[in-house]
Amino acid sequence: MANQTRRNFIKTSALITSATIGLTNKSKAAPKYILSEDRMGVLVDTTVCIGCRKCEWACKVEHNLPTSAIETYDDRSVFNEKRRPNDKALTVVNEYPNDYSDKFPINVKVQCMHCDKPACLSACIVGAFSKHENGAVTWDTSKCIGCRYCMVACPFQIPAFEFEKALKPDIKKCDFCYEQRTSKGKLPACVEICPVEAITFGRREDLIKTARQKIKIYPNRYINRIFGEYEVGGTSWLYLASKEFEKLDFPKLGKDPAPGVSEAIQHGIFAYFVPPVALYALLGGIMWINKNKKSKEKEQEK
Amino acid sequence: MENLKPTILQKKFFTPAVIGLTVLAINGIIFLMIRFLWGIGAVTNLNNQYPWGIWIGIDVAAGVALAAGGFTTAALGHIMHKDQYHAIIRPALLTAMLGYTFVALSVMIDLGRYYYIWHPLIMWNGSSVLFEVGMCVMIYVTVLYIEFLPIVTERFIGRVNLPSFLSKFNKPLDKFLRTLDRGLEKTMFIFIIAGVVLSCLHQSSLGTLMVIAGPKMHPLWQTPVLPLLFLLSAISVGFPMVIMESYLTSKSFGLKPETNILSDLSNIVAPLLGIYLAFKIGDMVIRQTFVYLTEVNTESIMFTLEILIGVIIPLRMFLSNEIKKSPTGMAIASFLVVLGVLLNRINNFLVAYNPPYSSKAYFPSFGEISVTIGFIALEILLFRFFVLNFPIVSLPVYSTPQAKFTIRGGSK
Ligand code: SF4
Ligand code: SF4
Ligand code: SF4
Repeated sequence: MANQTRRNFIKTSALITSATIGLTNKSKAAPKYILSEDRMGVLVDTTVCIGCRKCEWACKVEHNLPTSAIETYDDRSVFNEKRRPNDKALTVVNEYPNDYSDKFPINVKVQCMHCDKPACLSACIVGAFSKHENGAVTWDTSKCIGCRYCMVACPFQIPAFEFEKALKPDIKKCDFCYEQRTSKGKLPACVEICPVEAITFGRREDLIKTARQKIKIYPNRYINRIFGEYEVGGTSWLYLASKEFEKLDFPKLGKDPAPGVSEAIQHGIFAYFVPPVALYALLGGIMWINKNKKSKEKEQEK
Repeated sequence: MENLKPTILQKKFFTPAVIGLTVLAINGIIFLMIRFLWGIGAVTNLNNQYPWGIWIGIDVAAGVALAAGGFTTAALGHIMHKDQYHAIIRPALLTAMLGYTFVALSVMIDLGRYYYIWHPLIMWNGSSVLFEVGMCVMIYVTVLYIEFLPIVTERFIGRVNLPSFLSKFNKPLDKFLRTLDRGLEKTMFIFIIAGVVLSCLHQSSLGTLMVIAGPKMHPLWQTPVLPLLFLLSAISVGFPMVIMESYLTSKSFGLKPETNILSDLSNIVAPLLGIYLAFKIGDMVIRQTFVYLTEVNTESIMFTLEILIGVIIPLRMFLSNEIKKSPTGMAIASFLVVLGVLLNRINNFLVAYNPPYSSKAYFPSFGEISVTIGFIALEILLFRFFVLNFPIVSLPVYSTPQAKFTIRGGSK
């Protein structure tokens, strides 16, 4: 009898082990994306932006979000406070003082940066985010379960949630106008409307070259840094500025991709399911030895 | 050694305390209804800066940690085969089962689209820590239910007594229960080991959850060894939770505390806490984060509290022989460990989390607190219901010589 349970034990354990290993192949179904050499981007020159907020209007119209008439956007009193993109506005423009001239404040447009190694994409429990070949990071409403982990993960604190909705709340963020425009080779709505060409759409590589050139030609106008070139592994949106980015409320970030450490830990623990299976085998072994010891003790007592 | 046998307790369900708990539970449920009718924003203080509040930080993260008694006692009793602990396995298992059920419920109410909770089953994202936690918890809840099944079969075998018109099913049902019981007995070891493995996995991964928040998390807590710290603290809180719960059960039902078993358990707690403390301090020294303790702010105070009250003081208490002789002493020391882990999870998920553009720090709303407290009250009520209707708590056999036959009729 004892022998039979033991055989059962080994047989079943072996079965489980192989079943778990069988799962391994599927577990690699993580969303993969290609970082194309020709991926696009947008260069935002904050020294050119005049804070007209036409991009805010165009973005809302493009995404069917309620908006007031375009004339109302001339009202500069909104700059009195710092705003953030949310579920009702996917992009906002903020204003900061210019240390050299009061007449020309610094305006900064804020939206999703479309990271090359997006934290939101790595974090999402159901893989609702995709990084497209043209650089856009988009969100899929048919998958999202509303856990809001993407908001915890994003280093720029961009994804916004419709907290007021009881049913089907969405995650809202700039989608690079992917569906209607950039996937078809058209300009994003905000870029198209900008009257002073403060925002330029183009191949990310070309944009970086342009930005470098600008810094070289006008060393007094720009600080020597392109925000987004290296931050968290690089972003599609790039910024030029006349003053330290941290003073313009850009987060202080390193060069390592945001999901790097957690993915490394994750893949360490789950390296081909070997650690869990090994733990299972180890515990099974201990259990078996202890069981035998116990039954031997009992026999000796008899 | 006296003979202990799991027995159905014979007590009234309702007491003044139970009525108080019921009121708290109903209060929580009212706020839950508001949440489902008008959305998460209507009840919580959450916003785009603070997407997670106490429903995740306390109900889920601390809930999972405090249900660790289930797998630590299973490992001790079944895998290490320490038979003297068998008396505490069932209460610990019940606590874990209820605990995880409420963890799952809390996840559900916190999900914006709760009706899509099954999506992770078919939409996989292998790089997502949350995905792994979710899957592990889902499987583990199932394993816990399976581990609990023998208690149910034990309760009903030979006692199936359906009302008149269903009575012809009595026999087949009894037969089914017996087959189920036999099948479970043969295969239970699979589930017990699986439970321990799954617990190790998700207890640690719960720590990995916040790693991706990177610089948004205060350096006192943000470390790549977070998963290890979470696992170690979960293991060290398992037995204190069992001690506390066993003590409270014996107090509230007027039973004699199992001082011997409890002090044996206490002997294991000290080394476990010691290991956790060593890693916690070691991590702080290696990353030189102790500099942040020189500033006085919420973070440094909360960190000090967590370590001092939750680890160092109880560690000292568990090393004292005086304490280990007194059930009350052990219960207090255990309570401190439980409090420490609760604080640690709150710190990791809420206090340490400083989003870049927040204008006002997050503090839970009255509704959020109500729901959290309501869930805890419900859990205690359910625990009471189970020990009054199922053979969970072990009593010395001689005092209830007819235990096997008096069970019929449960608590009435
Ligand atoms: S900025 Fe945030 S939301 Fe946008 S791609 Fe990067 S991680 Fe995702
Ligand atoms: S809220 Fe939606 S998109 Fe964000 S991580 Fe959760 S499931 Fe993914
Ligand atoms: S790219 Fe499109 S979605 Fe993004 S800010 Fe511009 S208009 Fe809005």
